[in-house]
Amino acid sequence: MAMAIKLSLILLLCLSSLLAPSFSLFEDQVGLMDWHQRYIGKVKHAVFHTQKAGRKRVLVSTEENVIASLDLRRGEIFWRHVLGPNDVVDKIDIALGKYVITLSSEGSILRAWNLPDGQMVWESFLSGSKYSKALLTVPSNLKVDLDSPIFVYSGGCLHAISSIDGEYLWKKDFAIESVDVHQLILSGGSDVVHAVGVTDSSQFDTYEIDVKNGGLLKHTSASFPGGVYGEILPVSGDRFVVLDASRSVVLLITVNNGATHLQQTHVSDLIHGSSENTVILPSKLSGIFSLRTDSCIVFVKVTDEGKLNVMEKVDKTVVVSDALALSEGEQAFALVQQGDSKIELSVRLVHDMSSNHLKETVKMDHERGFVHKIFINNYVRTDRSHGFRALIVMEDHSLLLLQQGEIVWTRDDGLASVIDVTTSELPVEKIGVSVAKVEHSLFEWLKGHMLKLKGTLMLATPDEVAAIQQIRLQSSQKNKMTRDHNGFRKLLILLTRAGKLYALHTGNGRVVWSTLLQSLRTTSQQQCAGLKLRQWQVPHHHALDNNPSVLVVGRCGLSLTSPSALSIVDAYTGKELQNLGPAEHSTVQVITLPFRDSTEQQLHLLIDADKRAHLYPTTPEAASIFQRESENVYWYSVESEAGILRGYGVKKTHSSEYSFEARNLWSIVFPAESEKIIATVTRKPNEVVHTQAKVIADEDVMYKYISKNMVFVATVSPKASGPIGSATPDESVLVVYLIDTVTGRILHRMTHLGSQGPVHAVLSENWVVYHYFNLRAHRYEMSVIEIYDQSRAENKDVLKLIVGKHNLTTPVSSYSRPEVTTKSQSYFFTHSVKAISVSSTAKGITSKHLLIGTIGDQVLALDKRFVDPRRSLNPTQAEKEEGLLPLTDALPIIPQSYVTHAFKVEGLRGIETIPAKLESTSLVFAYGVDLFYTRIAPSKTYDSLTEDFNYALLLLTIVALVIAIFVTWVLSERKDLQDKWR
Amino acid sequence: MGSRKWAVEFTDNSSTPSTRDIPDPPGFTRVPHDQDDSTLSRQKKDAEANWKSQKAWEVAQAPFKNLMMMGFMMWMAGSTVHLFSIGITFSALWQPLSALQGVGKVFAPYKDSKVDLLAPKLLFIALNLGGMLLGVWKLNALGLLPTHASDWVSSLPPAREVEYSGGGIALH
Repeated sequence: MAMAIKLSLILLLCLSSLLAPSFSLFEDQVGLMDWHQRYIGKVKHAVFHTQKAGRKRVLVSTEENVIASLDLRRGEIFWRHVLGPNDVVDKIDIALGKYVITLSSEGSILRAWNLPDGQMVWESFLSGSKYSKALLTVPSNLKVDLDSPIFVYSGGCLHAISSIDGEYLWKKDFAIESVDVHQLILSGGSDVVHAVGVTDSSQFDTYEIDVKNGGLLKHTSASFPGGVYGEILPVSGDRFVVLDASRSVVLLITVNNGATHLQQTHVSDLIHGSSENTVILPSKLSGIFSLRTDSCIVFVKVTDEGKLNVMEKVDKTVVVSDALALSEGEQAFALVQQGDSKIELSVRLVHDMSSNHLKETVKMDHERGFVHKIFINNYVRTDRSHGFRALIVMEDHSLLLLQQGEIVWTRDDGLASVIDVTTSELPVEKIGVSVAKVEHSLFEWLKGHMLKLKGTLMLATPDEVAAIQQIRLQSSQKNKMTRDHNGFRKLLILLTRAGKLYALHTGNGRVVWSTLLQSLRTTSQQQCAGLKLRQWQVPHHHALDNNPSVLVVGRCGLSLTSPSALSIVDAYTGKELQNLGPAEHSTVQVITLPFRDSTEQQLHLLIDADKRAHLYPTTPEAASIFQRESENVYWYSVESEAGILRGYGVKKTHSSEYSFEARNLWSIVFPAESEKIIATVTRKPNEVVHTQAKVIADEDVMYKYISKNMVFVATVSPKASGPIGSATPDESVLVVYLIDTVTGRILHRMTHLGSQGPVHAVLSENWVVYHYFNLRAHRYEMSVIEIYDQSRAENKDVLKLIVGKHNLTTPVSSYSRPEVTTKSQSYFFTHSVKAISVSSTAKGITSKHLLIGTIGDQVLALDKRFVDPRRSLNPTQAEKEEGLLPLTDALPIIPQSYVTHAFKVEGLRGIETIPAKLESTSLVFAYGVDLFYTRIAPSKTYDSLTEDFNYALLLLTIVALVIAIFVTWVLSERKDLQDKWR
Repeated sequence: MGSRKWAVEFTDNSSTPSTRDIPDPPGFTRVPHDQDDSTLSRQKKDAEANWKSQKAWEVAQAPFKNLMMMGFMMWMAGSTVHLFSIGITFSALWQPLSALQGVGKVFAPYKDSKVDLLAPKLLFIALNLGGMLLGVWKLNALGLLPTHASDWVSSLPPAREVEYSGGGIALH
C-alpha cells in the first residue's frame, strides 16, 4: 500500500512537472514571439488639459467605453480604463483641475478619476425615476460653501454633486412635471442654473434653480403646437433655437423677464434650395448656430433684434468643432473641409466670421476616409498670439493630432473594434539573393552565435548580454515579408467595425497595409458595416502566380433584409480586386463550401433573408462544380428568438444560374415556455483531425464520432435567461444538445438542473466543452461531452485490420444514422469566462489546449486532459500510464499557464488560433480593445530546437570532432607503417 | 676445384636421405612419412572425432548461457521504454540473428565425415530461436509490436463525410 502511495506521488510529481512549466516563460523571453498592442477605440469626446500642466494631455472617452489620458506630444496612453460593455460613457469633463469626471450608464454612474495617474477618487450612483438623456455640467468657477458642485441631469432628475468627494448636495426631480430637459446652462457669476427643456414635445420650459439648495426660483413656459424635433440649442443667454417637428421651421425662442417669445423662420428662407433632413448642429457658438441639410451647412447669426442672418454657406461634408473660449469672451471654432488626399483646417473667431483666423492644409492618406470629429485646443505662442492644435477623428476611427499644418501623431484606433479575423500566407522567398547579402547575413549570424556562445560560457560582459537580448528581440528573421519553414510568419487580416481592413505581420504586429473598403463606407443614405471575412483564394498548386485574396461580406443598412456588399481584396497589397456590391440580395449567412475551382477560388454560398442561396464566384465553372455537388450541400438556420432550428437543402429547380431555392428538410422547435436558445457552436471548418481512434488504457480503441455537421445548442428556461441571480435554482434549467445539421437528428441531449447561462462553448474533434453557472453550487462549472461512434466499435480484430477488412475509411453519411454513445463530466471552474477557443495544429496530432478568455481579460491555457470525461477518482495503473489524471472537483488554474503572462487584452472579445506549419505549434491571436499575439506549443516544441539553441557550440563540437578524427587517423597510419617495418 | 677452401650447402636434402652419404645424427631414426601404422591412426581419428563432437555439443549449448543472461538483463531493464531497455531488447534480437546467419561458420572447425553435426546444429538453432523469441516477447512487453487494433487504426485517416452543411445564427 505504502508503495502504491509512493508510486502515485512520484507519478503526480512527474505530471505536475510536466504540466506546469510547459508554457511558462522566462522574463527575457517576453517579446520574443509575442506582441501586445494597446488601443482605445473611436473617440467620442475629448477634453484637453494643457494649462499649467507639465505634461500636456488630452482626456478622451471612446465608443469602446474606454476613458484614457493621452500624451499630447506623442499620442501615447498615460492611463486608460475600460468600462464594461454595459457601462457606456455619456460625458467626460475635468473638475477642479485635477479630477476627470465621467458620467456613464445612461447617467446613473458618476465617477471622478485622478488626473495624473488615473486612480478612481470617488464614485456616485445617481438614481432616477425614468429614462432620460444624460447631461453633465462642471462649472469652472462656481463656489458654494467652499465646494464646487457638479450638475448632472439624468433619470429625470437634476443632481448637484460635490466635486471633492462625490456627496449629494441636493436633487430636483423633474419627472413630476414630465419635462424633458435638453440643456443645463450656468450663466457666469450668478447663482442660478437654468434648465431648458420640452414637455410633451409641445411646450417649452425654462427653470431657474438655486445652485445652493436646488430650490425653484422661476419657471416660464410657452407652448408651440407644432412640436419640436431634436435638441434645443442655446444661442445666447436668453435665446434658444430648435427645429419644429416637420424639420422645416426654425423656432427662435427668446426668454425675456418671464415672458417667452417665439419666432418662426422657414428653413427654405435661410437656405435657398433643398432643405431635406435638416438638423441643428450641436456646436455651441455665441450668437450663432449652424444648420445642416442634405446639400450644405449654413451658419446663421442671431442679431440682437432677433433676426436670423445667414452668414456663410459651406459644403455639407465640413465638420465643425465646438466653440473654444479664448480670452475675454472671445470664441473660436474650427472647420475641416475634405479635399482629395488632403484636408483643410480653418479656425475662425466667432465675432469675426468673415475671415479665417488660421488656415492650414494637411496632407491626408485617403485610406483614412472622411473627418468625423474635430476637437480644438489653443496655446499661446511666444508672440502672445493664439496657436491651435486640432485632434481629429477619422472615418476609420483613427485619431490624429494636427499642429502647425502637420500631423504630429496618429493612432490606428480602428484596431480596437475588430469584427473578424483571417490569415494569409506570405509570398514565397525569391531565389537569387545577392552574394553580398548572404555573406552579410552569414557574418551577422555567426557574430550573433558567437555572442550567444560567450553568453552560454558566461564570458559575456553586461553590454554584450544586452546586445544578445537585443538580437533576440529584433531578429530580422521574424519580421521578413516572406514565408518561413515553420509557418510562423503570416499576415493577420482584420476587419474592423469602421469597414477598414488591416493586415498585420505576425512577427511584430506592424501594419503591412490597410484599406478602407469603398463598398462598406457609410454614406448619408445608408449605414454600412462589415459582417464576415473569409479566405477567397488560397493559391497552392495551380494558381501560384496569383496573390491570395480575401472576401469581405458586409451589409448596407440596418435590417437583415438590407442589400449586402461584397468585395474581394488582395491579401498582399490590400487592393480591392473586385467590388461586387451592393449586391441585389441580402446576406444573413456566409457558408464556405469545401470545393475549389481551377484557380483555387473557394466556393461560397450566401444565404439571403428569403432563404435563397447565392453562389460565388459567379463563374460557369463554379456553377458546374456546385451542380455536381449540390445534392450533398445542406445548410441550417438558428432562429434564436423563435426557438427554431431549420435545415435546408438545395432545390433542383433554380431561379437563376447562381441562385438556388431552398427546400426545408427538417425543423426542431424548442418549446417557447421552457427553452430559449442562448448559444450555438460549431466546429471550425478548417480544423484537421489526425485520427478517428482514441486509444485508451490496455491498448483498447474507441472510435470518435467526427462530424463537421454537428452543432452544439444550449437552451435555458426563459426565466433564467437574465443575469445570474434573477432566477431561483428551481426555475432555471440548462439543456444542451448535440444536433446533426444534415438530418436534424438530436445526437445527444443533457439537462443541467439549477444551472443557467451565459454559456460559452467550444466544439472540436468529437468533444464539446462548455461553461455555465451552477446556481445550486453558486459556482461556475465546465462540462465536457465526448461523443463516440458505436457503429465502428466492432473494428477490433487485428487480422482483419491488417488485411484491410474494415469499414473505417469508407465515406460516411449522416443518413446512415450511426449509433453514438457519449461520455460526460463536469468540474467547477473559478473564473467566469469571456471566450473559449481551442488550439489548432497543422495535422491535428499534437494534444490540445483550451484557451479561455477570463473575466480579467487574460487568456488561460488549460490542457484538454483536465476535461477528459474518463477521469476517475482512482485511475488504474494502465490508465495512469495512459496519462489520465485523477478526478478532482475543480479545474486547476496554474498561474504559469496564462499565455498572455503579464498583459491584459482589455475588452477581450475573441481568441483565434491558427495552425503553424510546424506540427507542435499553434498561433494564438486574441482581440478586444487590445490585440495580443503569441505562439503556443501544447505538447512542447518536440519537433524543433528551441530559440536559444546554441548552433555555434554544436558547430564547434563538430569541428573539434572532425579534427580529432583526422589526427587519430594520421597517428594510426603512422603506427601501422612502423609495425610493418618491424 | 682446387682453389675453393670451403663451401656451405644450402640445399636441404633431408627429404631424400637415400642420396646422402652422411649418417644420421645419433638417436635419430628416420621414419618414412607414407609408411603408417593403420591401427594407431584409426585410434587417433576416433579420439579426434569424439573430441570434435563433444566440442560441437558444447558450442551448440553455448547460447543457453547467453539466453539466461539475456533473461536476467531484460528483467533488470524493466517494462518501460527507455534507452537501456530498448538496447537490451535489440541486442537480444540481433545476437541470435547473427548467430543463425553464421551457423555453418561456427560448426566448420568440427566438420568431419564421422561426426554428426545435425543434432548440435538443431539445438544451436533452437536455442537461438528461443533467444529471439525472448527478444520478441520483450518487444511485445514494451508495447512495440503492432499486436493491438489500436496500432493499425491510429494511422487511418478519419472517414470522409458525404454531406456538407453550414450555417448558424443570422449575422448581425
